Amino acid sequence: MKNHSNQLQHFLLGLLAVSVLVLSGCGKTNQGANTGALGGNAASKTYVAPGQLDEFYAFMSGGFSGQVSVYGLPSGRLFKVIPVFAVDGEKGYGFNEETKPLLNTSHGFIPWDDAHHPNLSQTNGETDGRWLFINGNNTPRIARIDLSTFETVETIEIPNSGGNHSSPYLTQNTEYLMAGTRFSVPIPQKDVPISSYAQNFQGALSFISVNKESGEMDVAFQVLMPGIDYDLASCGKNQSHGWAFFTSYNSEQKNSLLEVNASQNDKDFVAAINWKKAEEYIAQGKAKEYPANYMHNVYNESTQTATSTAKKTVKVLNPADCPGLVYLLPTPKSPHGVDVNPTGEYIACSGKLSADITVHSFANMLKAIDNKDFDGEFQGIPVLKFESVLGGVVKEPGLGPLHTEYDNQGNAYTSFFISSEIVKWKVGTWEVLDRVPTYYSIGHLMVPGGNSAKPQGKYVVALNKITKDRYLPTGPELTQSAQLYSIDGSKMELLLDFPTVGEPHYAQGISADRIVPKSKQFFKLSENKHPYMVPSEKETKVVREGNNLHVYMTTIRSHFAPDNIEGVKVGDKVYFHVTNLEQDYDVPHGFAVMGANNGELLIMPGQTETLVWEPKKEGVFPMYCTDFCSALHQEMQGYIRVSAAGSATALKWWLGEEKPVQ
Amino acid sequence: MKSFPKILFFLAAAMMLTLFVFPMWSITLIAPQYPKGVTMYIWINKITGSEEGTLQNINILNHYVGMKYIEPDDFKEFKYFPIVVLAMSALGMILAFTGRWKWWMGWLLLGLVGCALGLYDFYQWEYDYGHNLSPTAPIKVPGMAYQPPLIGNKTLLNFLAKSWPYIGGWFIGGTFILGTIATWLQKRKTVVQ
Repeated sequence: MKNHSNQLQHFLLGLLAVSVLVLSGCGKTNQGANTGALGGNAASKTYVAPGQLDEFYAFMSGGFSGQVSVYGLPSGRLFKVIPVFAVDGEKGYGFNEETKPLLNTSHGFIPWDDAHHPNLSQTNGETDGRWLFINGNNTPRIARIDLSTFETVETIEIPNSGGNHSSPYLTQNTEYLMAGTRFSVPIPQKDVPISSYAQNFQGALSFISVNKESGEMDVAFQVLMPGIDYDLASCGKNQSHGWAFFTSYNSEQKNSLLEVNASQNDKDFVAAINWKKAEEYIAQGKAKEYPANYMHNVYNESTQTATSTAKKTVKVLNPADCPGLVYLLPTPKSPHGVDVNPTGEYIACSGKLSADITVHSFANMLKAIDNKDFDGEFQGIPVLKFESVLGGVVKEPGLGPLHTEYDNQGNAYTSFFISSEIVKWKVGTWEVLDRVPTYYSIGHLMVPGGNSAKPQGKYVVALNKITKDRYLPTGPELTQSAQLYSIDGSKMELLLDFPTVGEPHYAQGISADRIVPKSKQFFKLSENKHPYMVPSEKETKVVREGNNLHVYMTTIRSHFAPDNIEGVKVGDKVYFHVTNLEQDYDVPHGFAVMGANNGELLIMPGQTETLVWEPKKEGVFPMYCTDFCSALHQEMQGYIRVSAAGSATALKWWLGEEKPVQ
Repeated sequence: MKSFPKILFFLAAAMMLTLFVFPMWSITLIAPQYPKGVTMYIWINKITGSEEGTLQNINILNHYVGMKYIEPDDFKEFKYFPIVVLAMSALGMILAFTGRWKWWMGWLLLGLVGCALGLYDFYQWEYDYGHNLSPTAPIKVPGMAYQPPLIGNKTLLNFLAKSWPYIGGWFIGGTFILGTIATWLQKRKTVVQ
């Protein structure tokens, strides 16, 4: 018995020892995988104390939400969701009369799009904090957001495009925004069999000019390219300024089951376009005016109203007429991201089915062009020899490279979707320096200024497609996420994990000091030239024009003027033009009326906005302020009496005491 | 005008003219929602704010407790204050040339009386705004008046009200200090002679 119990004791002790070893081992692995989360000082590096401000702004695309969300870094706090391509009942965007025109297209009013790639305006290769541009992927468009108001102020439709994906990457002085089509389509559009792709389809790469003063966009010209899929773009910097690079896939020119059919060729192309040459050809009259149909919508800050203009032609350059305009750089495995480094010499191309990163050299490319180092032509466009343009290869850094950003120390950071990680490598030596896992399946990544000639560095943000078990579950649909890594040291360190609005594709980061001083606090009433604004309560009124009633209304803490209106009839179209008379920071008023089929108004101080209300039945309907404005916000309310069509109820309105009929 | 006291007295009188360049008084309201405070500046001829909309913002806050709207047009003082200040300053500068210290002292006393009257007038306005409250005010606190302090700090409900002389006001102080020194020097000089 005794022996047996000794043996048992030994066995149990042994088991205990093994389990301790295993557990401690597990503990170590876990720690290894989560260094950032458990690492001692990660929290202090992202802690922005209450009342303190973040060092950077991050602008993240909302993907299928159609919006842009604004975060602070390093805290990961969400400040604002800027409605861009999707209507937003919260802000009345796309519901009020002033912003509706921003969503006009040649297909009519479109309340949604898929927004992918925010790009900050640049001056001398540096982000300048003036504007943020973002593409609408589905119905090809580009929007401009004014960073003094954080509001969308312009949208332009891209003609002859079948999906504006490689966009709106921009040149180092914001001369042009790129807008390459993802889908090739018949140009001009016509009814042809889909299987006639190779004969009938073409891809337009558009160059959108930006007015230096006003920021206003225009489709300057398009380059008519062979019918394949154009994916992403990057513009030259410094010595390569004047060139733009577009990746492509489907050089097989297939139109169905692309996942297989467009993955057959070992190499697809990066199209290098000499846009300075394009300008010369246009000056020589080489561009053809093609008939087109696209909308240009501009919000005027003075009238606080957007207007739409239909454009009917576009300048088109055909590479066949313009030698030296386009060269094709063979690039392995359906390249996705194309990213020119800050010096402008290297072009990192991520073959998304490849295990390597191919880096082309701009100097080699120029040499190859000079030497006519061609490897034949594709649809009449010269193809440069792969070996002649290659600058280097980052060997087996991971699987499925997608995008590359740069820091200010000569390092590059590439995202790997399949192996779910960020890999840091040295530009020039192509040596892999570090790698960190992402949770999970990173798409784009972002270093503040990391696609400009002057990166600000400090952090890299991973923009992840999948989160699985990273947050509390919310049913089948889960959030996408961003992860913040410090890149100050030699090793990347995971600092923070935070959910995002919609699906973040690309993002941009900029130090707050480039934006904060320009941020508007309110609109000056004296500069409000809205046609229906009233500068004071004394001038409020209701004007009937047939079945249209124009209510010139004001808000101030804590009442509307007028707040009682009678004489509205069923069948009338009532325009509430509400002017917020406040002239103080952070005092918006809201306006909502029962039964409105659109949204609310959210009116910033000094602003006028218009909501249309079409009452369908008789009765007395309340209206009220929706934004908690003051101690007596709850009292900020009123009534509208709706009488039967054709009734004799007199039109009158008042605030405080009922006044005789006016 | 070679004598130092004369120059000093002339400067003291001229210093009054700064009232046309700087506000003489400031009233600042501070609350958690107004971390930088809302400041109203009182000039000899107008009321301004730290920002364009300040007066409107103060009026909006005031109306909750039933205070009257502050309308710069209501102040007749803004019409005659500039004339009084100009006249006093001109008189002082002329008197500087005479070198008569007794006259200087008289001018200083006259100025002091003027300032006292001005402050009394200011107090009257403050009293009126702080006590004559609308009977229909949304917020009524029994026994509460909203008169800001004549000079100093005072808590009024959620606001801390600070009332202090501003640059112009400090210069007026300078007028009296320099004027008194000049008068004293001139007196000593005269008596010794």
